[in-house]
Amino acid sequence: MAAMTEESFTSDAASPPAIRLRGIRNAFGTQVVHDNLDLDVLRGEVLGVVGGSGSGKSVLLRTIIGLQIPSAGEIELLGEKIEAGRGEMPTRKLQGRFGMMFQDGALFSSLTVAQNIMAPMRERGGIPKQFMRELALLKINMVGLPPNAADKFPSQLSGGMRKRASLARALALDPQVVFLDEPTAGLDPIGASNFDMLIRDLQGSLNLTVVMVTHDLDSLVAICDRIAVLLDKQVTVGTMSELVANPHPWIQEYFHGPRARAAFEAPGLKG
Amino acid sequence: MSLDWGEQDVAAAAETLLSITETGGELRVGIAGPLTIEAVARLDRQFRQAVKASPRQVVIDAGGVTALDSAGAWVLRRTSEAFSGRGIEVRLDGLQAEYSALLEKAFIPDPDVPTDEDRPNTLIVITARAGKAMFDMAHVGRDLFGFFGLTIVSLLGLLTGRTKLRFVALVSQLEYVGLNAVGIVSLLCFLVGVVLAYMGSLQLERFGAAILTVNLVGISVLREIGVLLTAIIVAGRSGSAFTAQIGTMKVNQEVDALETLGLSPVDVLVLPRLIALFIALPILVFIGDIAGLAGGAMISVMKLDLTIQQFLIQLKGSVDFWDFGTGILKAPVFAYVIAVVGCHQGLKVSGSAESVGFRTTKAVVESIFIVIVLDALFAIFFAEVGI
Repeated sequence: MAAMTEESFTSDAASPPAIRLRGIRNAFGTQVVHDNLDLDVLRGEVLGVVGGSGSGKSVLLRTIIGLQIPSAGEIELLGEKIEAGRGEMPTRKLQGRFGMMFQDGALFSSLTVAQNIMAPMRERGGIPKQFMRELALLKINMVGLPPNAADKFPSQLSGGMRKRASLARALALDPQVVFLDEPTAGLDPIGASNFDMLIRDLQGSLNLTVVMVTHDLDSLVAICDRIAVLLDKQVTVGTMSELVANPHPWIQEYFHGPRARAAFEAPGLKG
Repeated sequence: MSLDWGEQDVAAAAETLLSITETGGELRVGIAGPLTIEAVARLDRQFRQAVKASPRQVVIDAGGVTALDSAGAWVLRRTSEAFSGRGIEVRLDGLQAEYSALLEKAFIPDPDVPTDEDRPNTLIVITARAGKAMFDMAHVGRDLFGFFGLTIVSLLGLLTGRTKLRFVALVSQLEYVGLNAVGIVSLLCFLVGVVLAYMGSLQLERFGAAILTVNLVGISVLREIGVLLTAIIVAGRSGSAFTAQIGTMKVNQEVDALETLGLSPVDVLVLPRLIALFIALPILVFIGDIAGLAGGAMISVMKLDLTIQQFLIQLKGSVDFWDFGTGILKAPVFAYVIAVVGCHQGLKVSGSAESVGFRTTKAVVESIFIVIVLDALFAIFFAEVGI
């Protein structure tokens, strides 16, 4: 499968990348997080983003979705150029074509799960109330939550269920690109691998482009087509096998540590 | 063509056509254009209308569907299932193979989940809410009463030597709730004394009874104002602090840690606060009384041309011991209420930071409410016994 997908990604010149970053620079005071960073996210791929603590994974994600304005560089989302420093939220312009799942869910605590999912639909307007409700139930089912979760409040759900509900909200308007911030953090191994499968499954049926920040080596092995490693203020992208062969000491340590070996040896997980 | 959709599809969705024709018992539902959320939102009513018909068989012609999202897939599935559920044969024609996975996913297992529309009418909701609020109030009362009992048991344990008094905690609480409150309590009582004397003198002057301002200030400050004002300040200052302190410890699981060490949270956390307030509030009330009288004295000297000696003589003639006594007797009772409500709410904090804020607000409101109710009961009681 890896071979097939790789080919279809690289040879498809007709479709431009879903996300294209060129020369991105992010700095907080004197501390430079990203410098001259280039990244392409191809359509229909699952890209994992890894890096040490403080290497700027979250900043990168926030830069792409427009919560952080870079001090230099170009961002192109789905062919639309977003100019840095204009103070324009790209997510507003492309409303509904992006979905973000935050690490702790970031569900609105005063709304039920169904209302949370309906929030972006309400914002768009013009959708009949009953139909919104049906769509909310549909998304709840898609992410594998029981139907009775619809009318529960986020505080009544377990951590894993909150993550699923958050994913359902991210999918509310059938986005083309979904960002996931540590989707499996804090889940038990069974819950985490179920969540991996869910992402893979939805990615296939909804034809999503997925960008996920993760530290879960099992997730990287199981569902990511390519992996972006944040190193030295830049990013190194490659498939798992390419990165394993990369001589950079940090990458070597990351992919050859004892935890990595366990992930590689786990049967049935290799995409 | 692909599953991707973009600006052009959004525009095109405004022109998606739905044609419903019935010929010879066969209902034909034709769709032309992108079937995405924009189109479905517009056409939903027509789809719902269409399933009301009862033809012999149904053909959904999806050959003209140029884009499909999950909203579109759901509406296709809902429509076809509405017919097939009634035993009418449904055929889905011409849908492109790449959409079949999406159609498979578009499924609600239990559509009987109550919808927003099923909500009972507003009157019932309001009545139910009022009833629930009454029950909640009763529960709060019961819980508080239970906690009150718990503190009494703990206090008795102190007398029998079962638990020992945490002296350091007590002194530190005394400093916090007592000493540090002296400034604000005396300032506010002084100002209220000033206001009372000033307003009183303006009215009483008209009857030529300006000297009675001293009686007014003396009796009202000693009986009511001093103790009530002090209790309210302390409830806002220390009652809320008790809730926030204990509540934060609860959030950090420090309270659980105490229990696993075999220590009772009531003994360790509540008793020192309770006893500290028990000692401090009467002292604060006394200070507040003096400050209130001083405020009255200042206005009397300035406005009524009395000397300090004349003020004191008039005051001595107008108040007796019980005017002061009734005020100061209420202080320990109020102290008990404020401490118990504050600590009780603190221990009821659950989980989140939000809960700490909620409980703190509740503690202040509840303790001020109970203090004022008790004050009214005291007023009736003292009037009945004639002091």
